[in-house]
Amino acid sequence: MAAPAVTLPTSGAPGRTARPAAALLAAPLAWMTFFYLIPLGLLLLHAFWSVDYLTVNRTFTLDNVRTVISNPLYPTVLGRTLMIAIAVTITDIILAFPIAFYIAKRATKHRELLLMLVVFPLWSSYLVRAFAWKTILGTNGILNSFLLWTGVVDQPVSAFLYTKTAMYITFSQVWLPFMILPLYTIIDRMPDSLLEASSDLGSNWFQTFRRVVLPLSLPGILAGSLSVFSLTMGDYITPSLIGGSPGTELIGGIIADQFGIANNWPLGAALILPVLAIISIFLLIANRAGALGRGEPG
Amino acid sequence: MTARPDGTLVAETVPPAAIPVRQRARKRRSPWLGLASALVFAFLYAPLLVVVLYSFSATKVNAWPIKGYTLDWYRELIADRDIHQAVQLSIFVGLCAATIAVVLGTLTAFALDRYDFRAKQAIRFFVVLPIVLPGIVTGVAMLAFFTLIGWPLSRWTIIIAHATFCVTLVLNNVVARLGQIPRSLTEASADLGASPRQTFWRVTFPLVRPAIIAGAILAFTLSFDEVVVTFFLTGREKTLPLLIWGRLRQGISPEINAAATVIILVSLVGVFVSNRLSKSSTFGR
Amino acid sequence: MVTAPARTQPGGSRLLTDQFSIQLRDLYKYFGETPAVNGVSLDVRDGEFLTLLGPSGCGKTTTLRMIGGFEHPTSGAIYISGQEMGDRPPYRRPVNTVFQNYALFPHMTVGQNVAYGLEMAGVPRAERQQRVTQALEMVRLPHVENRKPSELSGGQQQRVALARALVNRPSVLLLDEPLGALDLKLRKAMQLELKQLNREVGATFVYVTHDQEEALTMSDRIAVMNEGQILQLGSPEEIYERPRTRFVADFIGQTNFLDVTVRAVSGDTAEAELPGVGRLRVRRPAEGPASGPAALAIRPEKIALLEDLPGGAPANWNQFTGRLDEIVYVGTFTHYLAVLPQGQTVTVHRQNRAVGEAEHRVGDELTLVFDPAVAALLVD
Repeated sequence: MAAPAVTLPTSGAPGRTARPAAALLAAPLAWMTFFYLIPLGLLLLHAFWSVDYLTVNRTFTLDNVRTVISNPLYPTVLGRTLMIAIAVTITDIILAFPIAFYIAKRATKHRELLLMLVVFPLWSSYLVRAFAWKTILGTNGILNSFLLWTGVVDQPVSAFLYTKTAMYITFSQVWLPFMILPLYTIIDRMPDSLLEASSDLGSNWFQTFRRVVLPLSLPGILAGSLSVFSLTMGDYITPSLIGGSPGTELIGGIIADQFGIANNWPLGAALILPVLAIISIFLLIANRAGALGRGEPG
Repeated sequence: MTARPDGTLVAETVPPAAIPVRQRARKRRSPWLGLASALVFAFLYAPLLVVVLYSFSATKVNAWPIKGYTLDWYRELIADRDIHQAVQLSIFVGLCAATIAVVLGTLTAFALDRYDFRAKQAIRFFVVLPIVLPGIVTGVAMLAFFTLIGWPLSRWTIIIAHATFCVTLVLNNVVARLGQIPRSLTEASADLGASPRQTFWRVTFPLVRPAIIAGAILAFTLSFDEVVVTFFLTGREKTLPLLIWGRLRQGISPEINAAATVIILVSLVGVFVSNRLSKSSTFGR
Repeated sequence: MVTAPARTQPGGSRLLTDQFSIQLRDLYKYFGETPAVNGVSLDVRDGEFLTLLGPSGCGKTTTLRMIGGFEHPTSGAIYISGQEMGDRPPYRRPVNTVFQNYALFPHMTVGQNVAYGLEMAGVPRAERQQRVTQALEMVRLPHVENRKPSELSGGQQQRVALARALVNRPSVLLLDEPLGALDLKLRKAMQLELKQLNREVGATFVYVTHDQEEALTMSDRIAVMNEGQILQLGSPEEIYERPRTRFVADFIGQTNFLDVTVRAVSGDTAEAELPGVGRLRVRRPAEGPASGPAALAIRPEKIALLEDLPGGAPANWNQFTGRLDEIVYVGTFTHYLAVLPQGQTVTVHRQNRAVGEAEHRVGDELTLVFDPAVAALLVD
């Protein structure tokens, strides 16, 4: 029997057309276009403009791009920021795994509470948490007092604060929840039977982790990494509080200066280009792996 | 779960009775995982503990050990008019931003959930951008834009910026929730004679309300804490985080520790409330 | 090629006769390129309990969803009480549905759930209340009005779902595997209750299931579906005793299929050659094969051991021997698996009438007999 001519829409429930969707989306899309896309485009344009005293000269030029590449300061700072961002991301992946796994697979009774404990630091001021590290790492801080008390050192060590290490520690702590949450979500979805099957087949925990848990967690790792990496790449607050000694500037601080005291927006915009490029690559990889839109908070 | 390849598009959730109750593995557990988790938790909470502790420290310098305890910083906090104004502004900004984000985010979520259209994936990607790209990009882009169109920086420019990245938070929350609602519920409503409008207000909306509220709370909190974007868009008035940042850059002030402790306490209530809301949002049958 | 039962209806008009509560005319439903429903025509009598039975993916649920208005046919027409439904949305159809997983509104009480349809229809509050109470009593669930669905057991939720649909007094009730999530005992009890409700309220029930036993127990008529088409429509007895195709015989109950060759045909009987055994007299349905290789279908309980018939087998019965290969005791019956001379196997269900019947051992030679009327030649 031949199929009759198709006369009605072949899929979906009645009335599911694009027109009502457009009505619902009109306001959000207008908002996002006007307040986000256009500003973003404008910012990119700035990278190819220049500055005459206090005003922006809107003639096309590649001067800023050239400056960003040729002035050795910028590639150095960019490289440093990239290294710290990568280090922080990897550290957070390592730190997040045990806790995410524990909450998802071991904690039965207190799961809700533990999850709340993970989210909670996000709700208390980021500034204050970053600043708390100053108290811990400072010359008269807790770490030094502890070292003096134990006799490991006989004079306070000033090297903890205002260094790359201090920023690395602070970033790792401040962004950690952004890694734990997506990891938890994805590990929670892994069927227990899968993990049991692996250990049934004679794998030890490390093999199970490497061959089963890790590959399956990849979308969660990518989602978390994207947040942590991106937050670190653009941050200028933590360096202003915890960094500060020569050779600790990060790209975020330099960009912020161009839009602040230095008042050279075109140069600032040009400095954003490599940051955007790096994150876009990351974004494309994450999008491919289906790591976006998983409800990562923040 | 009955797989239904006969073309039905219903994604049904299985009633608990149909799911065999799985005993969690009772086998011998290594203590290392628990220990590692505890250490990570300690790392996560050390700074918070320090802040609370030093808010009671009698000395102005944050040195260890703490020499004595006082409530002076809280008294100073209560008398600090700058902080009061900053808190008021931050609350105002947070409420406005959350409201706008709830409207825009919920509309988008419904559109993405209900309708199939080609640009869906692109829109999803596009709306996620403001929280995926570094805050500094959003901040300076908007600064450039507002300068170009001649809008003076004020509390309104801050609200616009905050609302823009909060849309994503609300959207994610509501989309997740809508995805959990079995299509059979809206079908049942239609089957019982409810028009699409009636179905929306009587079934769909009440079921997503907890997610909308949770999204609103999340949006408010993020706005309340935001400093990276806000820095570029603030006019003469300062939000609380900007004020705190300014003070912290000038030097160590235990009064900020006291303020932070208050924020921590208030967030505790917020977390508790939103947790209760998300708990009530499971489709237990 | 199997088509729907040939009923001479003047198809195509906007108003068909209202003697049938549902009439489907040449229904097709494609999802993309895949046909889910592939030419279904069916008349459902007023007040009848009709079951759409088939394996998952056979199109039964899609058919039900098209009647309910949740899917639109790619082509074809649906008439309810003589009215063509066309594009009419679910909320304008005189049918109500009991969903597979009940689909009770979790944020409303049981009472609010049941009252929902009445409220939508604008029934005054006082009458609403009265009818809700009545409906809950009818499904034997009084006193749960103020509870939330989540506080009820699966069986209770099932009853609420029924009450919520029946309170609207629909002329047609659609049920989509409503008992699937219940345990066996509860399912049996609910089967009887559903059948009773069908008689009490007088509404037409269209029931979808993949459970053949459920279908046989409850239905007035069964439509067996596969690959988007109705293979056979008939009473449970017709479907079970006189399956028209190998699929139907195989899907409903248990059936032995023997490879035979048709040697002679006269009217509705035929002679078929079973290799190594000889010629057997069998029934040939109207659409059965007239010559060549065919499948001989015979139910295990229709084959008897000669020794179990006190007066011997009637003269026209077929008789053959097989070697006992396996014995499975299942309570009411003992299943014997016998191997025929050329290696084909046949299962025999032997009723356990009394304790201490003649014992058989694996390897014993069995003499098997059956009535020609119970064995049918089917197209292979």
